[in-house]
Amino acid sequence: MSVLIYADSHHGKFPKSSLEAVSYGAAIAASRGTTSVVLTIGTLQGDGGLGKAGAQKVLNASSVHTTDSQQLSRLVVAAAQAQNADVIIFSHDIAGKMIAPRVAARLDAGLIPGATSLPASEGAFKIKKNVFSGKAIAELEVTTSKKVITLLPNSFSVKTDGQDAPVEAFQADLGNTTLKVKEVKSEEKEGEIPLPEADLVVSAGRGLKGPENWGIVETLAHELGAATACSRPVSDIGWRPHHEHVGQTGITIRPNLYIAIGISGAIQHLAGVNGSKTIVVINKDPEAPFFKAADYGIVGDAFEVLPKLIEAAKAYNASK
Amino acid sequence: MKILVCISKAPDTTSKIAFTEGNTKFDENGVQFIVNPYDEWYALVRALEIKEAQGGNVTILSVGGADYEPIIRKALAIGADDAVRIDAQESDSLYVAKQIAEYAKDKGFDIIMCGKETINYNGSVVPGMVAELLDLPYIPLAVKLDVNAGVATLEREVNGGLEVVEVTGSFVLSAAKGMAEQRIPNMRGIMAARTKPLQVVPAFAAETSTKLVSYDLPPAKGACKYIDAEQAGDLIRILHEEAKVI
Ligand SMILES: Cc1cc2nc3c(=O)[nH]c(=O)nc-3n(C[C@H](O)[C@H](O)[C@H](O)COP(=O)(O)OP(=O)(O)OC[C@H]3O[C@@H](n4cnc5c(N)ncnc54)[C@H](O)[C@@H]3O)c2cc1C
Ligand SMILES: Nc1ncnc2c1ncn2[C@@H]1O[C@H](COP(=O)(O)O)[C@@H](O)[C@H]1O
Repeated sequence: MSVLIYADSHHGKFPKSSLEAVSYGAAIAASRGTTSVVLTIGTLQGDGGLGKAGAQKVLNASSVHTTDSQQLSRLVVAAAQAQNADVIIFSHDIAGKMIAPRVAARLDAGLIPGATSLPASEGAFKIKKNVFSGKAIAELEVTTSKKVITLLPNSFSVKTDGQDAPVEAFQADLGNTTLKVKEVKSEEKEGEIPLPEADLVVSAGRGLKGPENWGIVETLAHELGAATACSRPVSDIGWRPHHEHVGQTGITIRPNLYIAIGISGAIQHLAGVNGSKTIVVINKDPEAPFFKAADYGIVGDAFEVLPKLIEAAKAYNASK
Repeated sequence: MKILVCISKAPDTTSKIAFTEGNTKFDENGVQFIVNPYDEWYALVRALEIKEAQGGNVTILSVGGADYEPIIRKALAIGADDAVRIDAQESDSLYVAKQIAEYAKDKGFDIIMCGKETINYNGSVVPGMVAELLDLPYIPLAVKLDVNAGVATLEREVNGGLEVVEVTGSFVLSAAKGMAEQRIPNMRGIMAARTKPLQVVPAFAAETSTKLVSYDLPPAKGACKYIDAEQAGDLIRILHEEAKVI
């Protein structure tokens, strides 16, 4: 038996969410007395740092570059069979949401999407996940012999003290697909931290009045090493790009720190950010609903508060 | 174009979240149910736009009990042609996907459209399972869909941007923001919906694969600590020393 983890890479690197899945899978393997095996595609340098994160063996399908869900799920199913894996782990990221459901359906395995806890250590295979957009937690039991889990990003710490892992080449018949990739439109800016992976996020809303005022938001984010985000109306009117929109209809994030500036805190906005560990709210209206969800609050005008924060952040960086 | 749109029922986003029966059942008391927003605003509306431009048929499919009928009627009022309800409990994702796949397998749908996730279960998995069960390509998190002479062109969200893909033949997608704009049903649509066909089919035999143990509410947040706006800079020290996040 083994635990198989599919680790997605981006530009040849494993993002934190992939390493979290590796460490999570390693913890499950350890508790079940089995081996943690990590499957990767594309070129790999050494063991890619996966051993440190908990991999005991790495399978590398170096010639595979497809982004097609059908082909990738065939690869994962073949690896699961070759490794006799009864638990298969993904991150609940773009790749995981695409491949895991197919793998579960193929193996007739119960799937827990967006898990936030390790399986219960004794008895039935029970795992927690967030439901109702983070407003409640459900504990679910997987009743099939094979289990598939996607791990919610930022809910498990990355292990750093593992041993280098042996790397084996892996190949499988990927079959055909009727899907053709025509183009990839990158929206990434040099040096920008992708929002779903960011530990620290500075976000602003309609209270900023106009796109010309985002300079102070970006400067604060830069000083803190944070990514930037925004509320929905701000991206709808085109003040900020769509991929920055967080909330129920945008993306869901769970950073360690979320600073909300000039955002009222509507329930649909909170749905995307209420999993953040620490929430700071800056709003000139003391009655803004966001303060109810905040750990720290500053009642004041953003245009007066932000310069003070930037100055303090600069001083803090200089003292580090 | 023959399009199937899978819609799920969800509590209105402003609903109070509470549980009954020893924390094993969602308390529906006073809760207003809506069509899951991604299914309605993006999947259904884009399906209707394609039908209006090129002709065809849009069928609504839901897996659920009789309590699903008001939201199915709403989808018909927005403009779908007919609807099917598979009379089964939505016990787990794979079970629901098996019901959808079993129904769709011999109906010749060109496109099966789902939402990116349900706002109550937050799974994001049913459409991928349906695709696998039917051996069809799957385009998750699609933000754009155009169909031209039998070839569909889609844009989907990927890390750091968008991927443009082309697909021939039938496929499954999950719709995300950007694909279409919400439509409000008008009086004529609401009247017409009353007489549109809604077929109820019995559940297909399938095993469940997961079961709910219990629900819980997240630990309550402590009270917000206020920092004087004049001393705003203090926040940075507090984030470092107390919250330990920087
Ligand atoms: C079905 C549905 C889905 C939705 N999905 C989302 C979603 O995914 N994400 C999302 O964000 N919203 C979503 N919304 C919209 C949401 O309900 C709110 O309308 C929106 O979040 C408000 O954005 P805002 O806080 O930026 O703007 P506003 O509500 O206009 O709030 C601006 C805030 O800025 C403060 N302010 C003004 N000037 C200053 C100043 N100088 N300094 C400091 N503070 C100032 C004000 O006091 C106010 O609190 C959705 C709505 C619906 C109905
Ligand atoms: N009971 C259901 N009936 C019909 N479609 C459903 C049902 N549950 C989920 N779906 C579809 O699958 C999508 C993803 O659901 P989920 O995997 O539960 O997040 C939804 O947006 C719907 O389009």
